[in-house]
Amino acid sequence: MRRFSLASLLKEAVDGHQGWGRQWRAPDPKPAYDVVIVGGGGHGLATAYYLATVHGITNVAVLEKGWIGGGNTGRNTTIIRSNYLYDESAHLYEHALKLWEGLSQELNYNVMFSQRGVLMLAHNAHDVQSFKRHVYANRLNGIDNEWLSAEECKAFCPPLDISPDVRYPVVGGALQRRAGTARHDAVAWGYARGADARGVDIIQNCEVTGVRRDASGAATGVETTRGFIRAGRIGVVAAGNTSRVMAMADVRMPLESYPLQALVSEPVKPVFPCVVMSNAVHAYISQSDKGELVIGAGTDQYTSYSQQGGLHITTHTLDAICEIFPQFTRMRMLRSWGGIVDVTPDRSPIIGRTPVDNLFVNCGWGTGGFKATPGSGHVFAHTLATGQPHPINAPFTLDRFRTGRLIDEAAAAAVAH
Amino acid sequence: MLLIDCPFCGKRPEVEFHCGGEAHIARPADPAQVDDAIWAEHLFVRKNPRGLHAERWRHLHGCGQWFNALRDTYTDRFVETYKAGEQPKHPLTETRA
Ligand SMILES: Cc1cc2nc3c(=O)[nH]c(=O)nc-3n(C[C@H](O)[C@H](O)[C@H](O)COP(=O)(O)OP(=O)(O)OC[C@H]3O[C@@H](n4cnc5c(N)ncnc54)[C@H](O)[C@@H]3O)c2cc1C
Ligand SMILES: [Zn+2]
Repeated sequence: MRRFSLASLLKEAVDGHQGWGRQWRAPDPKPAYDVVIVGGGGHGLATAYYLATVHGITNVAVLEKGWIGGGNTGRNTTIIRSNYLYDESAHLYEHALKLWEGLSQELNYNVMFSQRGVLMLAHNAHDVQSFKRHVYANRLNGIDNEWLSAEECKAFCPPLDISPDVRYPVVGGALQRRAGTARHDAVAWGYARGADARGVDIIQNCEVTGVRRDASGAATGVETTRGFIRAGRIGVVAAGNTSRVMAMADVRMPLESYPLQALVSEPVKPVFPCVVMSNAVHAYISQSDKGELVIGAGTDQYTSYSQQGGLHITTHTLDAICEIFPQFTRMRMLRSWGGIVDVTPDRSPIIGRTPVDNLFVNCGWGTGGFKATPGSGHVFAHTLATGQPHPINAPFTLDRFRTGRLIDEAAAAAVAH
Repeated sequence: MLLIDCPFCGKRPEVEFHCGGEAHIARPADPAQVDDAIWAEHLFVRKNPRGLHAERWRHLHGCGQWFNALRDTYTDRFVETYKAGEQPKHPLTETRA
């Protein structure tokens, strides 16, 4: 791997930037690997990276049916925060946030992680109670989160309309200052480059179509559009398509796949300093470094694999955005798109073993897994390398839906991201 | 936005409806006799297919009735709608690869 540095930049500037080259290889699949990862999103690529760097396991392939980062990783609104209510979730997302804080240096790749602060708006008495409960719970876990009055919210985010006569009055907010955003594509590319440099094969345009099992029922490899590939262990990290991949091994999942949409405006000069979320009105907004307003909506109500959603969902979101930030009423939207998010009944992910030997799964991140990418890859690599969960993902079993030990962030927060 | 054919009222826009998820999930007949795994299956596990999906809808801002629908989750097209308690005319076996 050629390291990026000031010296390499200067050299390329002199040479007319002709020498950068490809950042990862495009190898043909080998007949067998120690570990095969199904799904080349951020989570799958991060898993491969940490298998190589932390556990020294480099005979690894990442199989991606399209192009890496072309799933939800490349479609999300990149909000990163760790102020979740329950201890299990707080530890998981805080583990990720700590890794984000050093990620560009670790990968020698600028993931443009920006700790600009995420402000969650409270609009009613229930929000106030719920957010304050979060603030106190987070502090007990050593996670920063603070309560702001409406005036303090306005000072932190000047475009906000806090007048009391608006349709969604702002009565306060919870602010995590260490939270923020990152460049989604760069996360996939940075992990891919780092994993490839250590020997991991990243194989694009290779769809997994079956899981082969031996007489004892254990998984032995995957059928793909590029032939059979033997695997010591298989890690399924296929987000919205997880139910389909697991069905290939006869494992039924507690998952439903919903469309989730986002949209961006035309680019403008810097007008928006932070990330603002409003769960009550289903809207969240930030400004990318290119200048576009990045706006996310809630899920559609039906399951779908179409990667589209209804226009009324985005319209509803824009209604709310215009009400809270009147200065944006004349902005024009450039693009909108959808991703397919895999949602669990308790809105917490599933990371660990499955009833099929050698088959592991990392899924159920639903509407909010981008923020977890480094942490998720780190603990899943541990699980794949050792066959046992890392203490941080130990509670996030598939079996919790049988035992009843749910991690019910849905009921706790009704929070999308 | 989807156009949904309520068996009672005819075609109406999706915003009049509430989706109730997978249809034909029967509650265990003798709850005391089934173990946790079967309860988990009943409460939480879903088919979530890419292809034909039997699902429940309610015409919330209309007649208020629950009914069932067969929809292709790859194209979002409705194949048929039918009344609660009935089975679809179309075979449900079709799932896209
Ligand atoms: C519109 C939108 C906004 C979002 N906003 C946020 C946000 O602000 N903050 C946040 O934290 N999260 C957000 N999320 C959620 C976040 O994007 C996901 O949780 C996260 O990116 C999941 O990463 P992943 O690597 O698991 O999945 P993906 O990036 O989807 O990767 C899975 C990969 O598996 C591949 N695959 C599937 N089936 C097969 C197969 N059979 N064979 C081979 N490959 C296969 C797919 O092609 C895909 O590339 C948002 C999601 C969407 C859609
Ligand atoms: Zn009706």
